[in-house]
Amino acid sequence: MAWQTQASPPAQPGPVSTPIGSPGPATPPVASPAAQATPSTQGASGSVEVAGAPVQTGQYNAEPMGFYTDTTVCIGCKACEVACKEWNQLPASNGGANLLSGLSYDNTRRLDGEHWRHVRFIEQFDESRSQGRWLMMSDVCKHCVQAGCLEVCPTGAIIRTEFDTVVIQSDTCNGCRACIPACPFGVIEVNPVNNTAMKCTLCYDRLQAGLQPACSQACPTASIQFGPIRELKGRANMRLEQLQGQGVDQARLYGADDSIVGGLNSFYLLVDEPEVYGLPANPQLPSRNVPTGAGLSALGAAALGVLGAVGLRKHRMDQFAEEARASAASGAVDGEVRGG
Amino acid sequence: MGSLVVLLADAPSDTFYTKSPHWGWLIVFYFFLGGLAGGSAFLGGLIDLFGARQDRFAARIGHLLAAPLIAVSGVLLIVDLNRPERFWHMLIQNNTGEPMIKYWVPISVGVWLVSLFGLFSALAFVGVAAEQGWLGGRLQGLRTLREGGIGKAISALTALTGISVAGYTGVLLADTNRPLWGDTTLLGILFLLSGVSAAAAAITLLSGRRANRETLHWLGNMDAVSSLLELLVLIVLVVSIGSVVREVWGNAWGVLVALGTVLAGILIPLVLHWRPNLLGRMSVPSAAALVLIGSFCLRAAVVIASEQS
Repeated sequence: MAWQTQASPPAQPGPVSTPIGSPGPATPPVASPAAQATPSTQGASGSVEVAGAPVQTGQYNAEPMGFYTDTTVCIGCKACEVACKEWNQLPASNGGANLLSGLSYDNTRRLDGEHWRHVRFIEQFDESRSQGRWLMMSDVCKHCVQAGCLEVCPTGAIIRTEFDTVVIQSDTCNGCRACIPACPFGVIEVNPVNNTAMKCTLCYDRLQAGLQPACSQACPTASIQFGPIRELKGRANMRLEQLQGQGVDQARLYGADDSIVGGLNSFYLLVDEPEVYGLPANPQLPSRNVPTGAGLSALGAAALGVLGAVGLRKHRMDQFAEEARASAASGAVDGEVRGG
Repeated sequence: MGSLVVLLADAPSDTFYTKSPHWGWLIVFYFFLGGLAGGSAFLGGLIDLFGARQDRFAARIGHLLAAPLIAVSGVLLIVDLNRPERFWHMLIQNNTGEPMIKYWVPISVGVWLVSLFGLFSALAFVGVAAEQGWLGGRLQGLRTLREGGIGKAISALTALTGISVAGYTGVLLADTNRPLWGDTTLLGILFLLSGVSAAAAAITLLSGRRANRETLHWLGNMDAVSSLLELLVLIVLVVSIGSVVREVWGNAWGVLVALGTVLAGILIPLVLHWRPNLLGRMSVPSAAALVLIGSFCLRAAVVIASEQS
């Protein structure tokens, strides 16, 4: 299977450890012993014995890997949601009892700590419902090249892996929830079972073993495609040209170039404005506000400090003047006494 | 469907596509108490460094206020974590044992600021307690914490970390992609000004008549200047991100800002400041109490209204 192994090098040495878009991670990324011991130069397939039968496995190069999601072929089967839940052992909400949205056939409704995949259903119908279309999109963490969550995480729990993906280490996260509002896509939430922030890991554990993520493997229409980003971009551009050639003028790629937070390692082919899919048109890093915000605060503090000090200085000068007067007066009295 | 999606398509800002962090009332109280503590230490430190001897009573009130408030703030912050037993992961990397700090992240810097401010304000507190003769025996010697070079250094560090704590909380909110918080860079200075005016009010309230008249006058001026600037910043904020403000504060929270913060917390106290005879003896304490209420309303409206957006 083509996706399971990388054709030979060019290999990048060692795990990628520098988060792009921030000065650097406070915690070095944790690459599994397997990934470290088998440098990315390994392009060839290996084989392991499972119950006596040889099973083909492979190792991925340490290069940006991700998803290209072609929403035009999504049929809304939610196999990705189920596969994700199953592989990652994510609990069912509400004790497994049905919780219907009452809005559409979409009862998952959102990405959160226990839903790392969510198939969005967008119904575009006119009032008579005689004309319309369904848009479907399997949503997931975008594994941003400049990741807001990684940037703000104050414990170093969020790391960038050798595959350029973004992973939250549950044993480090203390549930401060700073990553939740930092994400421009509203992906992260607290998982109620372990009370830490959780999201898609792009199946980091599977990638390290040379397996593709559970969701893309389960996708029956190849709407979710997994692979090296450079390869996926090529595929996406070909599909875009094909659709535009067929007259689908609204077709566009979202996050395939670096115009959106440095690029999305999970990017999309859409056939309408991003907002229609619940995606922000111009997502940004939260840190954009910090230098100005901190500078203005410092200015305010300095202004109050100077004003306060000037006001107090006058008190001190008055005090000194009074003391001087008092001592002068007492000096005069002394003089008079001596002179007399 | 997708009433959700349809609503989002009309959103005034990309910040409406994000999720709230569930920073609720614990954080509101932290922002209020932390701002009050920081402001009190700032004013206390200013008096220590630049004031006259007769101003020192108010400085002592400031230091006595700051340390317990920041201690309570620390507890609130830890309790608010989903995994409180791991609070130290923000100070020490749990997997390497090395210090954990990201100088470009307000929360990370803030954790250290709160810790350092806690330390310095505790030293100032102990010094004041010794000064007042509340500590027995050899502990009386701790009054050196308020004297000479050591005293000045502690006052300066307490004031500096204190004012930083009062201001960083707003910058922390700006370091998000949430409605209102991530749409402006003014929350830091807004919280800082509001913290200082609240602290001036609290010190005034607690000093009663025991403080020097000149000192009370200075505190009143600090309160008035901070309040005026706060009003100015609030106006600029509303004008600069009007569509977001309409969405986030176009409800009961907006009413709270208008009545609680602007009218009760800023305008009425300013009137009482310039016309102290209006309520006679009650003018000063009433104005101070209203400033404190306004400061709390501001934080509640900024935090909870965005949470609900």
